Amino acid sequence: MSAVAGQGQGQGETSPPAIELVGIDKRFGPVHANRDINLRVEKGTIHGIVGENGAGKSTLMSILYGFYQADSGMIRVAGREVNIRSSDDAIDAGIGMVHQHFMLVEPFTVLENVMLGVEGGALLTRGIAKVRGELKRLEREYALEVDPDAVVGELPVGLQQRVEILKALYRGAETLILDEPTGVLTPAEADHLFRILAQLKAQGKTVILITHKLREIMAITDAVSVMRRGEIVSTVATRETTPEQLAEAMVGRRVLLRVNKAPAHPGRELLSVENLTFRDSQGVTRLSDVSFGIRAGEIVGIAGVAGNGQSELLEVIAGIRAPSSGRIAVAGQETAGTGRALLPAELRGCGLAHVPEDRHRMGLVTAFEENENAILGYHRDPAYGGGPFLSRNAVRDDARKRIEQYDIRPPNCRLKTANFSGGNQQKIVLAREMERDPQVLLVGQPTRGVDIGAIEFIHRQLIAMRDAGKAILVVSVELDEVRALSDRILVMFDGRIVGERMPDADEQEIGLLMAGMDSKAAA
Amino acid sequence: MSSPIPAGPDRKASGDGISAATAEKPKALARPAPDKLPAWADYALLPLINVVAAFVVSGLAVLMVGANPLEAVKIMVFGALGYGEGVGFTLFYTTNFIFAGLAVAVAYHSGLFNIGAEGQAYVGGLGATFVALALDHFLPWYATVPIALVAACVFGAAWAFIPAWLQARRGSHIVITTIMFNFLANALMVWLLVNYFIQPGTMDPASRPFTEGASIPKLGGLFSLFGADLGAAPLNLCIFLALIAAVFVYVLIWRTKLGYEMRTVGLNPTAAVYAGISTSRIIIITMLISGALAGLLALNPVIGDQQRLQLNFVNGAGFVGIAVALMGRNHPVGICLAALLFGMLYQGGAELAFDMPQVSREMILVIQGLVILFAGALEHMFRPGLTRAVNMISTPQRRRMVEAGEASR
Amino acid sequence: MNAADFLDVVNATLRLSTPLILAALAGLYSERSGIVDIGLEGKMLAAAFSAAVIAALTGSAWLGLLGGIAASLVMAMIHGYASISLRGNQVVSGVAINFVASGLTAFFGQAWFGEGGRTPQLPMTARFGEIDFPGAQAVADVPVLGLVYSHFISGHNLLVYFAFLAVPATWWVVQRTRFGLRLRAVGENPAAVDTAGISVAWMRYRALMLTGLLCGVAGTYLSIAQSAAFTRDMTAGQGYIALAALIFAKWKPWPVLWTCLLFGFLDALSIRLQGVVVPGIGAVPVQAIQALPYILTMILLAGFIGKAIPPRAGGMPYVKER
Repeated sequence: MSAVAGQGQGQGETSPPAIELVGIDKRFGPVHANRDINLRVEKGTIHGIVGENGAGKSTLMSILYGFYQADSGMIRVAGREVNIRSSDDAIDAGIGMVHQHFMLVEPFTVLENVMLGVEGGALLTRGIAKVRGELKRLEREYALEVDPDAVVGELPVGLQQRVEILKALYRGAETLILDEPTGVLTPAEADHLFRILAQLKAQGKTVILITHKLREIMAITDAVSVMRRGEIVSTVATRETTPEQLAEAMVGRRVLLRVNKAPAHPGRELLSVENLTFRDSQGVTRLSDVSFGIRAGEIVGIAGVAGNGQSELLEVIAGIRAPSSGRIAVAGQETAGTGRALLPAELRGCGLAHVPEDRHRMGLVTAFEENENAILGYHRDPAYGGGPFLSRNAVRDDARKRIEQYDIRPPNCRLKTANFSGGNQQKIVLAREMERDPQVLLVGQPTRGVDIGAIEFIHRQLIAMRDAGKAILVVSVELDEVRALSDRILVMFDGRIVGERMPDADEQEIGLLMAGMDSKAAA
Repeated sequence: MSSPIPAGPDRKASGDGISAATAEKPKALARPAPDKLPAWADYALLPLINVVAAFVVSGLAVLMVGANPLEAVKIMVFGALGYGEGVGFTLFYTTNFIFAGLAVAVAYHSGLFNIGAEGQAYVGGLGATFVALALDHFLPWYATVPIALVAACVFGAAWAFIPAWLQARRGSHIVITTIMFNFLANALMVWLLVNYFIQPGTMDPASRPFTEGASIPKLGGLFSLFGADLGAAPLNLCIFLALIAAVFVYVLIWRTKLGYEMRTVGLNPTAAVYAGISTSRIIIITMLISGALAGLLALNPVIGDQQRLQLNFVNGAGFVGIAVALMGRNHPVGICLAALLFGMLYQGGAELAFDMPQVSREMILVIQGLVILFAGALEHMFRPGLTRAVNMISTPQRRRMVEAGEASR
Repeated sequence: MNAADFLDVVNATLRLSTPLILAALAGLYSERSGIVDIGLEGKMLAAAFSAAVIAALTGSAWLGLLGGIAASLVMAMIHGYASISLRGNQVVSGVAINFVASGLTAFFGQAWFGEGGRTPQLPMTARFGEIDFPGAQAVADVPVLGLVYSHFISGHNLLVYFAFLAVPATWWVVQRTRFGLRLRAVGENPAAVDTAGISVAWMRYRALMLTGLLCGVAGTYLSIAQSAAFTRDMTAGQGYIALAALIFAKWKPWPVLWTCLLFGFLDALSIRLQGVVVPGIGAVPVQAIQALPYILTMILLAGFIGKAIPPRAGGMPYVKER
């Protein structure tokens, strides 16, 4: 890796780099988010920053945008040292940012959103006219059409992102940072975004693209820096590298993910989903006509770009949301279909367990003691106390057993759950759900935010469950994880299942399916 | 397919293995400041500091009217605890405040702020009064009072039910609706008292006095066994009812499945849904319990003391419950202690107004507001400093470990 | 009801709506900035007391007004410190302020003046008196227009006019100025305001200053314009009614005016109908009329007539995070 590192500096010696970071260092308590970051971003280029979740990409960009301040280090913009203490300073220095979660005021119009913070005087009237004119110009120059009087909350996500870009450009941004911009976009919207970025580059703007998707890096960037655990481990010219090399640099190991497992011996079907459709409270169709089955002793993985219905699929099967139509059966018993859809508590009784995607939001009450979380959802079990009562001893004894079995650290069931690391929190959830000996296990993002040792442990547990004859559904945004764990892969796009592949299928083929493109048509 | 994930050597060397690190180090190291406070400081010292702050500020007000705050404290403490009758009144008020504090705390555990205990208690008194008026001529007190107790609970719960239902099913904010229900309770009770309960030929909007058939035995006799003379203090059996209610709330919140569900809803509603807990059901059940506890409060003044329904008999006790719950950290033990403190304030304050005319009883309202302010809204003011101080004093070696850890990075 | 009664009720409506309008607009600034304000009542009460005391001491209504505003501002800043700087619970803070104000005003009132917390009776010169517009007497007999001019438009005190002018002014500030744009934004999505390079805390403090100012005027009106002295707990829940009006008006200035006029009218009516016996029905239940503002607001809150959607960031302290 060291051979290619630093090559980005070889070009454009005539003008100073658009952005130069020197020795940036940042800690959050015990977490060392950024260590001694040195980065040059040349003017008029698209510079990619890749890394796994938690590698420190977003922190670094938040420092550049003044949302946080570095503990030490220096920032140069166009060769001049700048002191960025707030977003205001960053804007003054010509830096604009499109956040992963849009910073838009939803009830405002596009116009109001664009002018917020740069109103051009205490009265809005004059500013409005100016913004309107400027928006017209930007629209022409960068193909950024959007109705200035539309209410932002009513716009589709792709257009909202365009408003974010317009905001930055209106503020005179010379350098635009985009944080995971395609995570929420449809492929068509992502294509449009890339065209816009190319246009920006053609006009001499500099773009920093943060992503963990190597395909995007290869498609659009000029140079790419790889971050790993808070450090920049390499910076290379994109044309001189390959996705494999980048992937290796990202994870620091040659083999991405391999799980030791024997071939599956599927038995009878334990989970069956037929023609499942789900519309959310706004009437948007999130799942349409989804059908599949999982047999005993089989892991089925769902691959897909986040936001294509995977979360809804898990929550509908788990009874958290009621399907609009369709039928679900768990271990032969209908749980949704002709009658009322069963609720989460009833589904647990049918032998369904669910490790939710977001353990902080859903899977745990972080203010609870560990032992209290170890019974969440199963607290009505008579084993934990008769009648209306809850026996502390029964709960704690049970928790201590799981702590030992699953090697949860620190081994203290009276500790507040918030004080456990991500990996151990995930183990608390897994231990709770697996120990019920469920017939069907739903697992969302099994290893998100989990350290490497725990990843291995969690994967082994899932395989052991499979070998014990359970049906497992795994949803993960990490394609590598889905491929490593699954016996079959279903690809979801726009609320539908668009294909089924074996885990050894060509990655590019799965990628095309995930992007909503039919592989045959594309080929 | 055979090689498991190799953990590179650089991974081990880095600080990424947080799980292993926290296993050996005390948790205090792994968390930012706000969670570091040891339990004794969190549950005893911090509330104490908040109360002291409230008293210091109130003391300034006393100084401003030219009185001596220390002298005032002395008079208050003597007035509240110095003689039998004072103690009797103190405990009588304490009874009210325990009920009110419990009502607020139960709701709090489900994440609900019940500002309506005042109105719920008021309407609870209506239920007790109906029973008393209907039965006091026919039944002995020990038959009437249990029925009145149930009626007070039911009426208080019913008054809490509508805001609960509106919150659970229509999403109307319970803070706003319970405030409004206080006013509605007031309008309802004034209307009933002025138009229906009032005794013909009198100007006093109150019900007819209850007979012995609707009374609760006073504790004067019990105390006289120990040589204490409660005098005219209306302290009655209700105080035991309040203590039973406190035990009930403790068991409910920490030892039952329902309490577990309530706490889950209060701390993380999304996780509650995931766990198969119906949040709207919990909201309604919680408010029914909360309202019933507030309703119970009414027994103490209405049947235990005045023996008739009077205008505004709750007299702000429902609001004191907010201060009591906040100061008692929503735990029954804390609530009983905080209720005792406020009981002393109310009784001692009355005494104070007598001895120091320039210091009127409204001083208590100021202290009450300041306790709510310091223990509730400003709870983060003393916490960081206290956390630093406690950690420095109690665990110097831990501090050295932190510093060593910082230096090594 | 005859014509004179009608005139009385209309004038009473204007008088009784005035503090509601001022307090509701005060709440509008706070809540639109994302700070829930249960403490309108307490701020008004503090202002009413302070204004009455200072007017009594100095003999100047204007100094009284300043004193009222100052007291209310202090309360607003305590609320701001608790809920903005310390990120405390906004509802709890508001409740606390109401108790502190109620306690302090009664305490100081009793200590300084005796008489159950009542401040000295103010002479006309130390109050905001009624202003007769030029020619009001002359045109009083002209049908309709003259009547309206002389009875409704003329003859109120300065603060009444201030309240009614504050409505269009607030509309203009909220909709047409930079401050208003940022105010609306910070109540909906403070992170958007923060990333736009604007201080969320400073925006909210400024909003609370306006809240303090308007509550100060509202309280001053009660003690030295509408009445001639402060009496204990003289706000009598008007701060809560104003809060209800603000919700009923869906946090918008013009609807605040209409709602406060309606609530003021109900109040005027209930006073007017006190003890009136309607043949066949009996005594008018004035309590029912007094309760009507709350009942109406609750029906609205429950979503049975339209939907009251509060500012999205309301009640939540702003914490910088990703």
